[in-house]
Amino acid sequence: MSEHHHKETFVTKYIFSQDHKMISKQFLVTGMFMGIIAVLMSMLFRLQLAWPDTSFTIIEAFLGSHQTNGIMDPDIYLALVTIHGTIMVFFVLTAGLSGTFSNLLIPLQIGARDMASGFLNMISYWLFFLSSVVMVISLFVEAGPASAGWTIYPPLSALPQAIPGSGAGMTLWLVSMAIFIASSLIGALNYIVTVLNLRTKGMHMTRLPLTMWAFFITAIIGVVSFPVLLSAALLLIFDRSFGTSFFLSDIFISGEVLHYQGGSPVLFEHLFWFLGHPEVYIVLLPALGITSEVISTNSRKPIFGYRAMILSIMAIAFLSTIVWGHHMFISGMNPFLGSVFTFTTLLIAIPSAVKAFNYLTTLWKGNLQLNPAMLFSIGLVSTFVTGGLTGLVLGDSALDINIHDTYFVVAHFHLVMGVSAIFGMYAGVYHWFPKMYGRMMNKTLGYWHFWITIICAYGVFWPMHFIGLAGLPRRYYTNTEFPMFDDLADINVVITIFALVGGVAQLIFIANFFISMYRGPKATQNPWKSNTLEWTTPVEHIHGNWPGKIPEVHRWAYDYSKRVDADDDDSDFLHGEDFVLQTTPLLEGEEAS
Amino acid sequence: MLALFYIFIGVAIGVSFWQITRVMNLRSVIADDHDNDKQGKYFLAFTVFFYAMMIYCLLAMNVLMLPESASIEGEHDDNLFNITFWLIGIVQFIMQFLIFYFTYKYRGRKDRKAKFFADSHQLEIIWTIIPAVVLVVLIGYGLWQWNEVMDLSDEKDAVVIEVYSQQFRWDARYAGEDNTLGLGNVNYIDIDNLNTMGVDMSDPNAQDDKQVTELVLPKGRKIHFKFRSQDVLHSAYMPHFRAQMNCVPGMVTEFGFTPKYTTEEMRLNPEVMDKTNAINKIRKAKGEDPYEFDYLLLCNKICGQAHFNMQMKITVLEQDEYDKWIAARPTLAEVIKK
Repeated sequence: MSEHHHKETFVTKYIFSQDHKMISKQFLVTGMFMGIIAVLMSMLFRLQLAWPDTSFTIIEAFLGSHQTNGIMDPDIYLALVTIHGTIMVFFVLTAGLSGTFSNLLIPLQIGARDMASGFLNMISYWLFFLSSVVMVISLFVEAGPASAGWTIYPPLSALPQAIPGSGAGMTLWLVSMAIFIASSLIGALNYIVTVLNLRTKGMHMTRLPLTMWAFFITAIIGVVSFPVLLSAALLLIFDRSFGTSFFLSDIFISGEVLHYQGGSPVLFEHLFWFLGHPEVYIVLLPALGITSEVISTNSRKPIFGYRAMILSIMAIAFLSTIVWGHHMFISGMNPFLGSVFTFTTLLIAIPSAVKAFNYLTTLWKGNLQLNPAMLFSIGLVSTFVTGGLTGLVLGDSALDINIHDTYFVVAHFHLVMGVSAIFGMYAGVYHWFPKMYGRMMNKTLGYWHFWITIICAYGVFWPMHFIGLAGLPRRYYTNTEFPMFDDLADINVVITIFALVGGVAQLIFIANFFISMYRGPKATQNPWKSNTLEWTTPVEHIHGNWPGKIPEVHRWAYDYSKRVDADDDDSDFLHGEDFVLQTTPLLEGEEAS
Repeated sequence: MLALFYIFIGVAIGVSFWQITRVMNLRSVIADDHDNDKQGKYFLAFTVFFYAMMIYCLLAMNVLMLPESASIEGEHDDNLFNITFWLIGIVQFIMQFLIFYFTYKYRGRKDRKAKFFADSHQLEIIWTIIPAVVLVVLIGYGLWQWNEVMDLSDEKDAVVIEVYSQQFRWDARYAGEDNTLGLGNVNYIDIDNLNTMGVDMSDPNAQDDKQVTELVLPKGRKIHFKFRSQDVLHSAYMPHFRAQMNCVPGMVTEFGFTPKYTTEEMRLNPEVMDKTNAINKIRKAKGEDPYEFDYLLLCNKICGQAHFNMQMKITVLEQDEYDKWIAARPTLAEVIKK
């Protein structure tokens, strides 16, 4: 295959490319674009939350007819939080993260020429692109985009009488998501097939880098749960447009009784969260996979407990599909179900704790190369622990009663899946940028980016736990109607300042990314002295990845700092250096790890 | 003023550009010993900032928290919360310290060799079993409390109250002498005849029901709430009582608790007084009327434009005062025409 060269035109190389490396870059840049929109939105609604009665030129400029004298309307506030959530969860952290790194790394790290189906891979990207376009178009609908929260619970999302965003904006949201799900499923099937079938000689499943395990299991979760969201979206489309009553019953609105009979919004909640909760892990596992790789490489140590890590990924994946009800403790479902879901939910703490402890042990007695990717990975471990721990409060049904839908929840999931996953994504970009573009990103800007981002992330989300514990509900346009929340106003101002600074600081990354793409120093073949296969390919991209034969694999991915005498830390490195490529054959008498 | 602001922004952008171009000319791209040393120390500095912030928030924001539970059922909730919070607090303080301290301590040096340490069954088993044991305790206590709160089966003496939601207001209906609510459905709504909650007036149980716009509860009696919604999802959130339940169109949901303190008693609670004083200081500075503590029911499920202002006052009275108050309300039979 490598002997056979296609004639490549501009269109087949850069646009309708079937090469996994190009597709991964397409996912990344599209994801970044969507991310900029979503972050901008969060900055706008943070302005509103901090200074509810103040006029802002920037709000006037961005919100057009949805504001009066620079003060945003309540409807558009809800639309902004809805679209912020939708874009961040699906477009940035699912497609932008999984799409980018699964595509880039799966063939390179398992030793394959390309994905199992390059054509389907291309379709997957273009469906994602199409769904992004539809989502962006929905922002410009006259009555405003979808505004029933990213969870789009009916009846609010089904009835335009209930909120203007549930008109054309909601229709476009559903269409966009349906296309998105198709893209995501095609991508996931491709990843699964590729990992199972196209591994190079010697690449047993137990020699796969943990990134591969994470992407592989993530794809399986996606295939299991995304179709359920598709069914929910389709049934909601039927209810909205064709008069069925899957989710609606006994409704009196705008002075009349509607015809819907016998449906239940709780059914929708079940369908939505059957995806919605696994989605958290679809977002998080790839980030954890990237972190495993980056921490191990930069600690110059094997990842601690490789097999335990695989088992915990599997345990998390399995449990993630049977915990969705913890979003619904007070939805009116049978309290007995609540007990079951409390039990399964808290069990997830065990594999998560194992992962956190293993990361910690990997750092212990390492020789830490503090590159920007490493800083973001350490930041991820920190935010993952902080955000994960509060999950013990929220997952407990008895405690959830009183903090459900407060800012405590917002702080929790932003830290554990938002910030953590974004950190994982940044770590991935800094680490594999040389593989993507053949050039290096700037280190100093990377450091600035990290420090401002982590300080701002904690500055935003740590105090937010406390305003949640004070009883402040999320999705309130303003808190001024409740004197009991007056003492939280100052904290909201502090949070907003951190959010604005943190948001603007991402420009450092964007500048670094695009300037380095053209002007960064040329990368060497294996800049981080890593063990995995992707660093055996030439710096310049070629179709088929390796010029000659695909290399054979002889060992696992984590033989960092392996010694002559395993029990003596002062003995020399077995292979002369503190890393051993997976392609290096075992020495005579060398024990495989 | 505004011009100054724009000038400031212009200067900031200019400086950023200049700095970024300057930094982009630095061609060293992989962390060397100098970077490792510097970044490791920054992590130590960050640890100080992080711990200062965590401790400051934990101490200074105590006054903002909700006061102790005003319902008897909520006591165990507070208890369970405290246990969980101490537990995760301790783990958080230890784990974060170790993460950042290890980063500092093992920052890379040319002459340092990492330890080859790939696996230890003993360690893995220890940190699987410890969380598992701790979780058994948390899950056990949590499930016991959950069953206590959600079990409304044998409450013969309970006061039955329906809480009714619509965009963007709350109403309530007391069950009257027979302590049984008349049937309700949106099809019975007749606004012209004041039947705003859709009560079936042919149902004998409905005649003595009483409709009100503010909740008044007797202290020390179990209240059995039944929730309905006429349009979209709402959530009846009563934070002071540690109570919350969604209101779902098409079905009746339930929740129950026993008020522990009257509103008057709660206003004299030291935590409440501290919080009220703090709030009134802020309100005075803004020239607003002073605030007086009241129990509230808030909407806590996104429900549309005025979601942020969908509230109902709750007053808890002694039983005899409550009896007087409820006796003075008209029955539905008296209010609804025909």
